[in-house]
Amino acid sequence: MRKKKRGVYASKMKRATHMLFYRRHQKAGVKGWELHKALGIDYPKVLGILDDYLKSLYLQVKTVFEEEKTPAGKPSIEELNKARFYITLRGELTPKESKMIGWRIDDLAGLAVAISYIISKRGQAPRKDVEELLSEKLPGWKVGLNLDRYIRYGYLQQDDNERLYLDWRTRAEVDEQALIDSLLRSEAQTNLHSKSTSDEEEEGEEQEGE
Amino acid sequence: MQSKKAQKKFGKEKLQRIIEMCMAIENHTVDPFMLDVDNIIRVVKEYFPRWEQADELNLDAETIHHLASVIKLQSEWLKHRSTSLYTDPFLLEEKIIQAAKEEMVSIFLKAWHPLVELEQLSLHSLTEATRYWEKLLPLKERWPELAVPEVTMGTASRDELIRQRILGDKVFSKELECCWKDLKEKVHEGKILYWDFIGAETYEETVQRALLASFLITYGYATLEIHPLEEEIFIKPFEKPLTKVGTQQSISIPIAVTYENWHKWKRGELD
Repeated sequence: MRKKKRGVYASKMKRATHMLFYRRHQKAGVKGWELHKALGIDYPKVLGILDDYLKSLYLQVKTVFEEEKTPAGKPSIEELNKARFYITLRGELTPKESKMIGWRIDDLAGLAVAISYIISKRGQAPRKDVEELLSEKLPGWKVGLNLDRYIRYGYLQQDDNERLYLDWRTRAEVDEQALIDSLLRSEAQTNLHSKSTSDEEEEGEEQEGE
Repeated sequence: MQSKKAQKKFGKEKLQRIIEMCMAIENHTVDPFMLDVDNIIRVVKEYFPRWEQADELNLDAETIHHLASVIKLQSEWLKHRSTSLYTDPFLLEEKIIQAAKEEMVSIFLKAWHPLVELEQLSLHSLTEATRYWEKLLPLKERWPELAVPEVTMGTASRDELIRQRILGDKVFSKELECCWKDLKEKVHEGKILYWDFIGAETYEETVQRALLASFLITYGYATLEIHPLEEEIFIKPFEKPLTKVGTQQSISIPIAVTYENWHKWKRGELD
């Protein structure tokens, strides 16, 4: 009986893997209700098992709740049905790896700047302001092209008034809180560095060495 | 000592200025905390007893409405500041400008977990696709050409258009005049229930009478009297058409002239 149950879950996990890894729609990911329909009401459990399995591969099942409303406690089945599920990297990429997946350092830095700036402006910013910020370090002809690329990929979206917002891919791939924390920590490091005490310099060197 | 009229004028100007300020805040051009809400409430309270006319009270209500929007914006701003995601935009902007490309990338990579997705053909999907292609009929067989008869251009007489119900058999203004006359004849004590006036033997005729009634009201030949508690609507003809139509703001009153309502009226179930 237990073997039979295990077999059922193994088959459901296989089905969930196919649904989550292979792109089915224009947007990546699978809606909760689609998984519900294909795997049954216990699909959150199937995803839990899959997530455990993916740990060893440094991958994870990522849940993005509708309208960024992450429930405070355990999400209800209704909330999960409306959420979108993706497979993402669990850990971090090294700069070398990011190059291998097709991102030039300039483009990635531009994306990081655009996303951080929009977060700091409470989720929306005029395209002109982002362009000005990017043109500080990128050639003018590239700024517009890059922004259009970020929009095309689903990282940013633009409204009729030329205001930029974060789009579905940023919500799925970027840990906004971690990004802002890292930026602020890096601010603290810069400040400490400017005091230029020898101890701090040594510490900085150690960190760079890591 | 200012006259009452001058005081009112001054008060209206104050409220207008408050509304403009609130609108600037709503459009995100001014900081929501620039507005001293207590002071504004004091001004609104001070002038409220002096307002008598509808437009004055309207201005007062509009001020309160905009003030409420600003308070909502202030509350949203506070909520955002209290979240851990809030950072001073200037501080962050400064940091972004100062950071080297490499530093920015290394920060971003700590928070970036790119999606893993595959777009790949499998032997199974290729076999399925080939099978589908074999079964697919050629376009010529799927979309046979439609035999569209050629039609030559010609002219249509007014009688033909009336027969086809594209035109009515009377000039519209004449129809409107007849309808007004009919209304004046049917009313008792100056008014008649709306449905008793527009209701006719057939549903089509009822709709046509409802259309004419709406034009009678719009052009100032008649008006509606609505008793919301009793849910009754009366139509009242004027002896002479009103000439002020179009000079003041008009309102639209939707009345559903549905088939079901017409049936109810016929059965005498519609009040």
